[in-house]
Amino acid sequence: MRFGVVVFPGSNCDYDTLYVLRDVLHQEAVFLWHKDHDLRNSDCVILPGGFSYGDYLRPGAIAKFSPLMQEVQEFAARGGLVLGICNGFQILLELGLLPGAMLRNKNLKFLCQFVHLRVDNADTPFSNRARPGQILRIPIAHFDGNYYAPAEVLKDLEARGGVVFRYVDERGRATEQANINGSVANIAGVVNPRGNVMGMMPHPERASEAILGSEDGYLIFESMIHWCAAR
Amino acid sequence: MKVRILVALKESVLDPQGQTVKNALHTLGYRCIEDVRQGRVFEVELEGVDREEASRLIPEIADKVLANPIIEQFSWEFLGDEKKGPSN
Repeated sequence: MRFGVVVFPGSNCDYDTLYVLRDVLHQEAVFLWHKDHDLRNSDCVILPGGFSYGDYLRPGAIAKFSPLMQEVQEFAARGGLVLGICNGFQILLELGLLPGAMLRNKNLKFLCQFVHLRVDNADTPFSNRARPGQILRIPIAHFDGNYYAPAEVLKDLEARGGVVFRYVDERGRATEQANINGSVANIAGVVNPRGNVMGMMPHPERASEAILGSEDGYLIFESMIHWCAAR
Repeated sequence: MKVRILVALKESVLDPQGQTVKNALHTLGYRCIEDVRQGRVFEVELEGVDREEASRLIPEIADKVLANPIIEQFSWEFLGDEKKGPSN
């Protein structure tokens, strides 16, 4: 399987993501320059974390106008797998490929720490190797991860199983205390209605090897590979 | 021609920065401050368009780029005179 990792000016998790795909999961992986118009035959596109365009204006607001985003939108419309991690999630929101928007964290602090996530939908291309309700330990690193969606959008999201991950405590309870950035309904990751575009604030590429404190992020990439192989 | 555009979070969206500023003002003793909303200001200079064209372009630009319509609203005005543009 061939992954394409998009590089914007200011991306800083692009190499980590490429490393995990190539060296940990032994997949083909290439960088895709944001100014090109070529997905280089990727089976799956990942928008990595970082600070594209320095987060100027709003996180992801400028990156959405990058030339390559036209191809990414067409790729997604054809059913191609697109994963947005952290800043990549913010870009997918700005592009309108996923519903909602990001606000500044409720405590106005940049948060960089491990969090617990609960898998609330294990029937997606990005979570099928997890058990429903499984608790994952994956780190976050963001300033603007306070997910917001208007009431009617949230209702639709919940009704169709669009919430893939939620911030929970170590026992899997979606408490207010566990909701570290203030996201509506403890939401940490969402998928589009078709199921082929997902965004998540936590960084699975930073938790895919035991030496880094957790291998739970591995499940997400493994799910994508499994889903593509079964297709 | 100069235009000032103000972008701020919608009333229905919690503004943690505005809340923090309000709390700081209360700490300083300004008890009369009931609410604070924080936003961003853009001063945009236009050339080669008349007011009518500018009145069409500015909301388009604000909606497409400067504001995220899911969480933000904007208002704008021509600078240097009293004539104000409409708010959304």
